[in-house]
Amino acid sequence: MKNLLSTRDLTRDQAITLLDIAEDMADVNEREVKKLPALRGKTIVNLFFEDSTRTRISFEAAEKRLSADVINFAAKGSSVSKGESLKDTVQTLAAMGIDGVVIRHGASGAPFVLAHSDWIDVPVINAGDGTNEHPTQALLDAFTMRRRIHGPASRGKDLSGVKVTIVGDILHSRVARSNVWLLNTLGAQVQLVAPPTLMPSAIAGWPVEFAYDLDIALASFKPDVVMMLRIQTERMKAAYFPHEREYANQWGLTATRFAALPTQTLVMHPGPMNRGLEISSVAADSPQSTVLEQVANGVSVRMAALYMVLTGQGEVTDVH
Amino acid sequence: MTVRTVLQATDMQRALTRIAHEILESNRGVQDLVLLGIPTRGVTLAHRLADILSTIVPGTRVPVGSLDVTMYRDDLDQQPTRTTSPTDVPVSLDGATVVLVDDVLYSGRTVRAALDALTDLGRPNIVRLAVLADRGHRELPIRADFVGKNLPSAHDERINVHLVEHDGVDLVEIDSGE
Repeated sequence: MKNLLSTRDLTRDQAITLLDIAEDMADVNEREVKKLPALRGKTIVNLFFEDSTRTRISFEAAEKRLSADVINFAAKGSSVSKGESLKDTVQTLAAMGIDGVVIRHGASGAPFVLAHSDWIDVPVINAGDGTNEHPTQALLDAFTMRRRIHGPASRGKDLSGVKVTIVGDILHSRVARSNVWLLNTLGAQVQLVAPPTLMPSAIAGWPVEFAYDLDIALASFKPDVVMMLRIQTERMKAAYFPHEREYANQWGLTATRFAALPTQTLVMHPGPMNRGLEISSVAADSPQSTVLEQVANGVSVRMAALYMVLTGQGEVTDVH
Repeated sequence: MTVRTVLQATDMQRALTRIAHEILESNRGVQDLVLLGIPTRGVTLAHRLADILSTIVPGTRVPVGSLDVTMYRDDLDQQPTRTTSPTDVPVSLDGATVVLVDDVLYSGRTVRAALDALTDLGRPNIVRLAVLADRGHRELPIRADFVGKNLPSAHDERINVHLVEHDGVDLVEIDSGE
């Protein structure tokens, strides 16, 4: 695997190999010595043009546990705020000698541009680009589902027959897009629920079912997993719904709606949560909630992704 | 293509039984003993050795684990990406006598990686190495304490270890290519 830009590029076998390696990384993360020498001597730049706490820290933990040297680059306070272009920023960093780039960018497609440019010649991992993709989030979500559903016998398994309902701001959600492609590859069925204003117009071409009424959707689809998306106030440039209270009532996982779910239904959220808006505290803090597991699993999955992208001859040198 | 069989099922069983006796002799019994196999076939062999030890010293069960060394290898950039295997160490290694078990000893680089991996898991009193076949061509100052069979072989030959649990048959053969 040369880069990790999109879950669309992953084959079923690649995805399962990555999840299996993540299982072994999860074991390492439970040890006293949480460190492996696999990326010793390699320098990785975390290039974050957009705010992020948990994803950046998760990548940083994963990189350090694989013994890589880590350089954190945040656009705020850098020459980017003086108008330096992505190309110049990256070439400056490349001149210092780096072996891999983890990039988050507000523009959809920025990681793809970087990976397919001749600016640098190192692997690129997409840590979220605009409203396009967030592949490591989808992989950690799939990993979390697989662990909850198959337990210790997870290795080698896909998500055949698992039904996943994703609720919320699908239109702006890179998490939803990456999940749709990956879950589809892994054999799960996906249902998307959103207000009509927050449903992408291209939805008919996606390999999913979709609905606008959450109660009807849950009753008819009977999901094994309900994934609530964050209402991204920073991307809400227009009035997509009349009032937050109305959104919470219609599309939030309220205490009442949560109580109506079977007790084995998993409740997921990529974080950070707006409690009382898309998810109630009763749901978020229940044993069915996987929110904190998702965070812990994120480190294991990112270790697996970094390992697969940054080691291995023949694949890493296969550029342009 | 010429393939020579060098160990039959009965030879293999005999070699493993002898290794089990040698382990008991050097350790003066089964106390503090832990067998750690290197995936995949090393783990299977470690389980077999534990079974034999149980028949020699009835009423005892030597703990068996697996030790994946993938992330500790020194050739990660020279090979296609290797997948990992589970590491499972059932007991504390502090103060234990660990016997590493692998199917074939060749360059010694896997064992080097295993010794590094062990360091991250605990501090055994003693670490020993048992292999079913030693084919020579060491690249590091490493030797086995217990050897099923010495198989002098050329660099371009392949040693294939077949075990019932994986391949349906117990057999070791040398494949000398074309």
